[in-house]
Amino acid sequence: MIEFLQQLGIKTRTSFTKLGRGTFFLLQTMSGVLSVLPRPRLLLNQMHSIGVLSFLIITISGLFVGMVLGLQGYYTLSDFGAEESLGVMVAASLVRELGPVVSALLFAGRAGSALTAEIGLMKATEQLSGMEMMAVDPIKRIISPRFLAGFLSMPLLAALFSAVGIIGGQLVGSGLLGVDEGAYWSQMQAKLDFQDDIINGVIKSIVFGFVASWIALFEGYDAIPTSEGVSRATTRTVVNSAFSILGLDFILTTLMFGDH
Amino acid sequence: MQHTSTQDTLVGLFVAAGIVGLFFLALQVSNLSSFTEQNSYTVTARFENSGGLKVKSPVSAAGVKIGKVSAIHFDPKTYESVVQLSIDSQYNTLPDDTTASVFTAGLLGEQYVNLEAGGSEEHLKDGGKIEITQSAIILEKALGQFLFKSAEEKK
Repeated sequence: MIEFLQQLGIKTRTSFTKLGRGTFFLLQTMSGVLSVLPRPRLLLNQMHSIGVLSFLIITISGLFVGMVLGLQGYYTLSDFGAEESLGVMVAASLVRELGPVVSALLFAGRAGSALTAEIGLMKATEQLSGMEMMAVDPIKRIISPRFLAGFLSMPLLAALFSAVGIIGGQLVGSGLLGVDEGAYWSQMQAKLDFQDDIINGVIKSIVFGFVASWIALFEGYDAIPTSEGVSRATTRTVVNSAFSILGLDFILTTLMFGDH
Repeated sequence: MQHTSTQDTLVGLFVAAGIVGLFFLALQVSNLSSFTEQNSYTVTARFENSGGLKVKSPVSAAGVKIGKVSAIHFDPKTYESVVQLSIDSQYNTLPDDTTASVFTAGLLGEQYVNLEAGGSEEHLKDGGKIEITQSAIILEKALGQFLFKSAEEKK
């Protein structure tokens, strides 16, 4: 019994210590972001490996998610004779929820795990210590550009996901199932608000980009510098990012859309 | 050098695609382009009961959408519902004896404000009032009255 309590105490304490280290790491990273700006090349390289290389998986998943929404929505709505509202349903669910959330989950799986593995391996092969020896701050040189790139790429990826998904829903809806194309777009435009729907969706994706990049970079930086440690850190990145994204999504949704 | 320039192009394409996506959402998906607060004027109408009317419900005249409901509140003195209608300023020739009624689009559709023009020479101005209003038809109330009436007739 005493041993169990001891274990529990140690677990709690280590997780709080880790959270503290993570917060400190985040503050260091954010103060390092300013020193990235004079060196745009670093940022550009990271935008390529984080943003451009995630482009394909995001657009293809977006297309299929939109198409499935179109199909499923049609079967439910046609029971009520409301097929014309298919556009509203597809667009609202994509812009408000699925766009930011699913693209953030894909982002954590595609780009986040790669970041953790890369940084963890740099640590394991002592490249980070080597930089420190040469008086180069690894946070400024390695971490901050990646953080900024993830933070900037995420809203763009989420917007692409939603846009492609809405087009996918339209392809299935009016191409396959015979929903009127004009009604699809006009009902969508009548019901969706720029401020309430689009901007809130973008805010969500910015928050998710921030959190997913932070977790991925911190797990890599904090990994035990062995091959097993890096592999565990990569797993933790995906698991923790998914938890944080879904939890934050609930909180953000209640704040944004709770009153209607 | 070749490598970095293709990378630049790819990043440029990616950023451009993302921005196009955002613009697509703003213009094609939401109502940003169709109706803005700036070029509209506001009139108020008092209803005995505004039913299921909500902020952003459409305001239409002769079946065409000309504005939207911008605010609804309850007046504690007269026990009426005060509804603010913001109407597109290109339709500024509505007469001041226009009738406002709360209608339902279809049997289960959403509620909207319908404006019916009167015969007055004067036009509605910004901040003006619509005097003649017709409340929403509450289905339960109408059904109740109908049942009550048919029970009376049987006696």
